[in-house]
Amino acid sequence: MTSLPSPSAKKLGLVIDLDTCVGCQACATSCKEWNTQGYSAPLNDVNAYGSNPSGTWLNRIHGYEVEEAGQAQRRIVNFPRSCLHCEEPACVTVCPTGASYKRAEDGIVLVNPETCIGCKLCSWACPYGAREYDQNDGVMKKCTLCVDRIYNDNLEPDDRLPACVKACPTGARHFGDLGDPDSAVSQLVAERGGYDLLPEMGYKPVNKYLPPRPRRDGATSRPEALPKPDGSAFDRLFAWADRLLSTGKTPARAADIDNSGKLEG
Amino acid sequence: MTEPFVNTSPRTWDEVKTTTCYMCACRCGIRVHLKDGRVTYIDGNPAHPVNKGVICGKGAAGIMQHYSPARLSKPLLRVGERGSGDFREIEWEEALGLATQWLSEVRAKDPRKLAFFTGRDQSQGLTGWWATQFGTPNYAAHGGFCSVNMAAAGLYTFGGSFWEFGEPDWKHTRYFMLFGVAEDHASNPIKKALGQLKERGAKIVSINPIRTGYSAIADEWIGIRPGTDGLFVGALIHEIVSAQRIDGDYLLRYTNSPWLIIENPGGEDDGLFARNAQGSALIWDGHSSSPMPALSPDAAPKLMGRYKLPDGRRVVTAFTLIAERFLEPEWAPENIAARCGVPAETIRRIAAELVRTAFEEEIALDVPWTDHLGRYHEKMIGRPVSMHAMRGISAHSNGFQTCRTIHLLQILLGTIDVPGGFRYKPPFPKPAPPGVKPAGKPGQVKPNTPLPGPPLGFVAAPADLLVDAEGRPQRIDKAYSWDAPLAAHGLMHMVITNAAKKDPYGIDVLFMYMANMSWNSAMNVPDTIGYLTQKEPDGSYTIPKIIYSDAYASEMVHYADLILPDTTYLERWDCVSLLDRPISEADGPADSIRQPVTEPDRDVRPFQTVLLDIGARLGLPGMTRNDGSPRYPGGYPDYIVNHERAPGIGPLAGFRGANGRAQGRGAPNPDQLQAYIANGCHWFHELPDHMKYYRHVNWAYLDWATFFGFIARPDPVIHQLYCEPLQKFRLAARGHGSIVPPAGHRQRIADHFDPIPFWYAPFEGELVAAEQYPLHAVTQRPMAMYHSWGSQNAWLRQILGRNWLYMARELAARHGIADDDWVTVTSHHGRIKAQARLMDGVNPETVWTWNAIGKRSGAWNLAPGADESKQGFLLNHLISELLPEREGGYRYSNSDPVTGQAAWYDLRVRIEKAGDQQPASEPQFAALKTLAGAS
Repeated sequence: MTSLPSPSAKKLGLVIDLDTCVGCQACATSCKEWNTQGYSAPLNDVNAYGSNPSGTWLNRIHGYEVEEAGQAQRRIVNFPRSCLHCEEPACVTVCPTGASYKRAEDGIVLVNPETCIGCKLCSWACPYGAREYDQNDGVMKKCTLCVDRIYNDNLEPDDRLPACVKACPTGARHFGDLGDPDSAVSQLVAERGGYDLLPEMGYKPVNKYLPPRPRRDGATSRPEALPKPDGSAFDRLFAWADRLLSTGKTPARAADIDNSGKLEG
Repeated sequence: MTEPFVNTSPRTWDEVKTTTCYMCACRCGIRVHLKDGRVTYIDGNPAHPVNKGVICGKGAAGIMQHYSPARLSKPLLRVGERGSGDFREIEWEEALGLATQWLSEVRAKDPRKLAFFTGRDQSQGLTGWWATQFGTPNYAAHGGFCSVNMAAAGLYTFGGSFWEFGEPDWKHTRYFMLFGVAEDHASNPIKKALGQLKERGAKIVSINPIRTGYSAIADEWIGIRPGTDGLFVGALIHEIVSAQRIDGDYLLRYTNSPWLIIENPGGEDDGLFARNAQGSALIWDGHSSSPMPALSPDAAPKLMGRYKLPDGRRVVTAFTLIAERFLEPEWAPENIAARCGVPAETIRRIAAELVRTAFEEEIALDVPWTDHLGRYHEKMIGRPVSMHAMRGISAHSNGFQTCRTIHLLQILLGTIDVPGGFRYKPPFPKPAPPGVKPAGKPGQVKPNTPLPGPPLGFVAAPADLLVDAEGRPQRIDKAYSWDAPLAAHGLMHMVITNAAKKDPYGIDVLFMYMANMSWNSAMNVPDTIGYLTQKEPDGSYTIPKIIYSDAYASEMVHYADLILPDTTYLERWDCVSLLDRPISEADGPADSIRQPVTEPDRDVRPFQTVLLDIGARLGLPGMTRNDGSPRYPGGYPDYIVNHERAPGIGPLAGFRGANGRAQGRGAPNPDQLQAYIANGCHWFHELPDHMKYYRHVNWAYLDWATFFGFIARPDPVIHQLYCEPLQKFRLAARGHGSIVPPAGHRQRIADHFDPIPFWYAPFEGELVAAEQYPLHAVTQRPMAMYHSWGSQNAWLRQILGRNWLYMARELAARHGIADDDWVTVTSHHGRIKAQARLMDGVNPETVWTWNAIGKRSGAWNLAPGADESKQGFLLNHLISELLPEREGGYRYSNSDPVTGQAAWYDLRVRIEKAGDQQPASEPQFAALKTLAGAS
């Protein structure tokens, strides 16, 4: 069993917008390419060019068709899934060696590959399926929130973001301190009704998800149509076209310009 | 508890180089991180105008493309039968010598016998010029099976186009409609913009039979029946014209709506513009009640009406004809709804929403500007409705007219190049249509002689066609013949079929680059393989010699005789040029380069350098000096810097001139590439505010664009709602003029060359029995895969290593099909077996799958049992490249009759639960032998 540090004031995490995620996989492959040479290196692949290829990924995107209130049809929601850096992570407390730990400084949950014995207890304990066992290395790997990017002095300040956040083309991924109610991410969560995954489990995920915005379609918009009075639509159009001419507001002509000649013919 | 030490500042790279991505056609700026010369990480370049720092799922997986085991490593010469995979590795000198020998024989005898077609390359500025210098008209890239309906419809209508050649005004638009757009060109800009639109509360409407990707996050999804978008848009036009909620000022000033059209039924001038002696089209001036030239600044043109000219000719305004068509009850929403699967109340509501947004949310930017007639405008008025359309429109046999219908709707609302609307990207707008004509008429193709002009262009009348006195096609793909008169991108999809059938003639050498024409880029794969291996009675191949260049062991490699192995995108120079298809933004022109960030570890050469080398060996005029030595001994980078298409205008517009400070026009600058590299491998020139909108009629912009060489003269680009060139073809079909179609072609030309947009049913659906083939079948481009390139990528194939046949739950229920059942899909042409997946978000009469996932066993250096080949499948096997025989036994290509665009999406099928539930897709082709050349 591994104990947790005292709750940190700083709670770094992600806010993921399910309204704008198009499922393009940018976050997944960007995560894989950074982390296969970063803290978790390597993220191994098995059978990479054969049948049923598989590998270690710290972030995966799933697409679900979900019921929606007031809508006859279910809608596709793209759902990126990675470690939620819970405030009370069971994956840490079950760890028999102390390899899984939650950082006191910022709340990031990490695995120390030196002491991980690959017993997989943590992956059984995590209800979010966020941990992946790397077959080749025999250790557990997981999202590090790019701990080797966000504090990396060798990167430009603007690049000190998790690789997934920096990559996301629709801006559906946000990174920041969810322990600070004034942070941009906390404000976003408040504004958009960000929510916890499986709050009933009691692990208090730090990462939040923003729900899809209500749709504005036939089911939710007021019916409207352009007027269609009786009589000939053509006659009305003709009359309209005539008025167009008589009330035509021809713009003022610049007095000193005469360009008409060269434009004819 | 003590926490272990974590190095939070590792330096996992020792060098970062910028270049341009090539994981799809979007061409984002990337930063490639290297350690000890090995690529370790690729991210988006924040300073790049296209992606502004983001990257997509493909781009971030580029590292695995670069290190793919499917890379070819040495030139190959076929030693066994075609398709056997028996090759011998040869040295470059032997390869180039052979290619030169084969090509010089053709050039000395009959240059037409070379068919040179390129796939997804971005160097058409070079390849088209090479074909011209060689002297063959048989050149095109792959636009004929991709985008030509959209390019032609846009260029003939408003001198611009959808695809990546324009974009919505993301900053101001409030209502955005996407027609048939899946992940593709402009992929990151669209994704970035969708996020921004949602944040601003703009409404996004997606019209697409399938609701994935962008459609999944749209506010409203319209699951239209494939091929009926033109009906839906026509009904919207019916609604807004009936209610007179259209932009009259815009129509009068910037379109040919008030131009006078001759009404002389049966006459040779019927339907042409009435012109004065100087050739200017006329309008009816309301003040003087007399005709005046169309571009008279003081005229008060009548939008509607019929008039009699002083010379007695009867005329009508173009808009009157347009209104008469779309006011017909056949276009009323209630008469359209059932055919396109969209409820009438939805069509009416969307029409009302469009009108409300366009006119009640009018934008007025405080930017004064002057129009083409010298009229000064205090503000730039905008209508925040924008549209974008792609392959869902283009890949139908009615795509050209459907795309024209969408442009008509945009223009009636006054939304082209206005704030909030759809914006041109320079070098557009161009004249509608552009003035360049295709070369290759009888007598223009001569041994050892360049063509007198480029092989591709824009015909404006039957006299521009490439046909002989009997009306027979001159090109191998029959482009610019009566089969496909406006074939501005050629018909690559017909080259192999036509060459094998020797219709219109046989060829000696087929030379292709980066096009998987024996597999996922071919309609009718089984017969195409047959054509490639077809032999003459003497045992020789019907297509005698095939030269192919590719970086990877694609399916096509196996059917070629001589393989010229290309580099990966990280090992080469490239230019993304304004002479080709640039990366421009709506705010200004932009271009970019690729630089080699790493050296090849194999015996491969960049194709463009090889092409210049072959050109010099052949002694092609543009590629050799007077003494016979190569003009560009430094290869492609030498050409990029020093080639001039016109004085001072070369492949790259930035950093020109002796001091490197000239833009657009300037002497070659020997340090130009270094200047690009110092600038992050791109160049972008932001236009001043008064040149950012209304550019089709913006005096300052047109003057500036003339200097930059984008247009020849600063003439306005008046939107051609009524397309007179089409009417000229219709008149020819009625027997007028000296160049008329052969009798068998006349009805088809007369029917489809309507100068006013209209709708007709896609051909395949008309030719097969609806009860036998009740369903539509289409493909979608997956977000994380671009054509077949993604297949050998170890990461991307974990995300999508096989495909399923998706269908609506109620459709599956009717056929007793459950999730994961294997089903057969049958068309009039063929049958496949695939595994079913059920979903909600799909048109109930449509089945679909992901594009280009299915692979042939053994290709791309994947294990023979890879999922792509065993469970994956292609719809291509179901699609015929030819339409059924008509009277006289003639078979037209399965294409749009105006442009020749391949009609992939016309496919009609039926489905059944397969009797054989063995978990394997069908057909299974014999496994290809793994190539010796693949590393």
